[in-house]
Amino acid sequence: MEHDDKLPTSSSHTVSLLVENKPGVLHRIAGLFSRRGYNIASLTVGPTERPEYSRMTIVVRLSSKTVEQVVRQVQKLVPVVEVRELSPVDLVERELLLVKIRTPEKNHAELRALAETYEAKIVDVSPDALVIEASGNAGKLDALEDRLAQYGIQELCRSGRIALERGFKTLAPPNLK
Amino acid sequence: MAKEKTTGAKAVVKALEAEGVEWVFGVPGGAILPIYDALFDSRTVKHVLVRHEQTGAHAAEGFAHATGKVGVCFGTSGPGATNLVTGIADAYMDSVPMVAITGNVSSSLIGSDAFQEADITGITMPITKHNWLVTDVKDLPRILKEAFYIARTGRPGPVLVDIPKDIQNAEFEFEYPDSVNIPGYHPPVREEPRLKDAAALIRASSRPVIYLGGGVRTSGAYDEVAQFVELVGAPVVTTVHGKGALPESHPQCLGMFGMHGAKFTNYTVQDADLIIALGARFDDRVTGKLSTFAPEAKIVHLDVDPAEISKLVTATVPLVGDLKLLLPQLTEQTRKAFAASGRADIAPWWIKVSAWREKHPLHHAPQGDQFIEPQHVIERIWEKTQGKALVTTGVGKHQMFAAQYWKTIWPRQFITSGGLGTMGFCLPAAIGVQLGKPDALVIGIDGDGSFQMTLQDLATAVDLKLNIKIFILNNLFLGMVHQWQDLFYEKRLSETPLSDLPDLVKLAEAYSCLGLRARKPSELEDVLDRALAHKGGPVIVDIRTRPDAHVYPMVPAGAPLNDMIDGE
Repeated sequence: MEHDDKLPTSSSHTVSLLVENKPGVLHRIAGLFSRRGYNIASLTVGPTERPEYSRMTIVVRLSSKTVEQVVRQVQKLVPVVEVRELSPVDLVERELLLVKIRTPEKNHAELRALAETYEAKIVDVSPDALVIEASGNAGKLDALEDRLAQYGIQELCRSGRIALERGFKTLAPPNLK
Repeated sequence: MAKEKTTGAKAVVKALEAEGVEWVFGVPGGAILPIYDALFDSRTVKHVLVRHEQTGAHAAEGFAHATGKVGVCFGTSGPGATNLVTGIADAYMDSVPMVAITGNVSSSLIGSDAFQEADITGITMPITKHNWLVTDVKDLPRILKEAFYIARTGRPGPVLVDIPKDIQNAEFEFEYPDSVNIPGYHPPVREEPRLKDAAALIRASSRPVIYLGGGVRTSGAYDEVAQFVELVGAPVVTTVHGKGALPESHPQCLGMFGMHGAKFTNYTVQDADLIIALGARFDDRVTGKLSTFAPEAKIVHLDVDPAEISKLVTATVPLVGDLKLLLPQLTEQTRKAFAASGRADIAPWWIKVSAWREKHPLHHAPQGDQFIEPQHVIERIWEKTQGKALVTTGVGKHQMFAAQYWKTIWPRQFITSGGLGTMGFCLPAAIGVQLGKPDALVIGIDGDGSFQMTLQDLATAVDLKLNIKIFILNNLFLGMVHQWQDLFYEKRLSETPLSDLPDLVKLAEAYSCLGLRARKPSELEDVLDRALAHKGGPVIVDIRTRPDAHVYPMVPAGAPLNDMIDGE
């Protein structure tokens, strides 16, 4: 069965998972995405407020209907305690960007001003290079990346999205609260 | 249960005893020796020594299919474990409850490419409901309890527990838990089932069809299905695993639909304005080309697995839950809807369906003097046994002939590899079925290609003195592939003719069991009678059938369901 994610109706969706913090869980989830043909745009995993669970944030570019299928399939995995697509209008999302610019010292002041505009920080300075750290949503980091390109990006890494819903809502099901 | 000092290996046997396991199918080996040693002392768990682990897994499936209980199989590390893979994948596709237990090399050697080491939890991740590599013996009782629980509940399926040898030897305080607590399993169903919406669709439908799948067997909802069917009065169609969910002699039952369904059955499905799917998953072998499937039909889809809802065909009204619990509620709601506001007249629909039934029944070439017609063999075995046998099949043309012509009377009577389509399923499944149902007449319908994939386990059937009767519809071809080559590859028979080997009668004799052969139509009746009368062990019957007898009707892969090749 072909998935309709090749169609132009695909868009970016943020799927948030609460999973048991056990060996092999990442493998199970990544394996499910790969064998059912769902491409992962980004995946982050890290500890939560409870040591026995981890939180995963997976960004996929698929149609809404396919995302519903993804959620139902992921829910079937035994170590997945909860999974939900987060509503795009109701979430706080962040990515972290680290970028190394190779540039002579005379440009540093200019870059410092640019960084400030994007609420970014310069976290390492050497005579012919500096490292900028920025966080924010994907759009903001894309814009910063574009601006920095002209100075000569030596190396860049982005963390992938993490996200939480606004307000009191949490992902943990009632039996875990 | 009180705590007691024991080893990991003995804990496995105690857990099997606590779960009421009667039969385990397997082959011992280095990394599972401690468990086999512990098994030596068990009074209730009996072991069947198979000759290949794949057969063990299929025999466990056969047992599970026939009884509804969890099938259990063992394998050692490395090749023992990888040989189980086909059986596990088969169980996964057909939702068969199975616990596979494998030994592995000692914990300190894992990851070192040790002798007979394989990452079987990694390998079986996509084909199990869940699996575990045990890293601490203290986890073992909990894991085994969860393994049996997960295998048999919800949508059943296989699980695998991989136990390194040092864990099997480790001593600890054993206590088998009474219950499980798995936070990520059995997620609560958030929505109230939309029973009223479903009932409204049923009430308004003038061309309804009820579509029964393997989920009916899983939930055991036969009475519930019968009551629903009687109330709604619609034509009933089934998948291959839905056979027997309603007796095929029931006047509303139109039999199996799909790629090799009868024409009248497929026409009925295609023309429906409402399809009520109960425990089924709209597999490509039943829908034909998806975009043209039953174009005017609204869909009510009831299944225990939410991930099956709208996976392939979008449900107008999804109903997630166990058929046995939910279907009576739907029946009640429908009864109310009928009583409150009447229902659409379905009499014209039945006139149409009956006309198709009359005009386009299943049919095959009449039995002449020269060749034995394979469909005729199935019909004759059915008549001679009055259909009162449990049937297992291999995979291929013989399987589809059996599915078409074996009119199933009871649930769990027709046992086959549906989803994965595993050749070689027939004989091992028959072994498991006979052990699960010792008093039943167990018949295998196999093909010559399929039989040769697992024939070594004739030895197992002889060891156990099982009265299984394997009828091999022998056309000296890999028949189903031959059929596709005839129809779609300009009769270029690339690698499908099989040599006339082995001599199946001599093979039977070599395994100390009865071998019979019918080459001509005139020999058939006597051979069938002798085979069915035989006691004291298995019988292998070599029946030479017309090689170009193909399975019709046929919906070519990717064609609409009502676009069938008739073969005339």
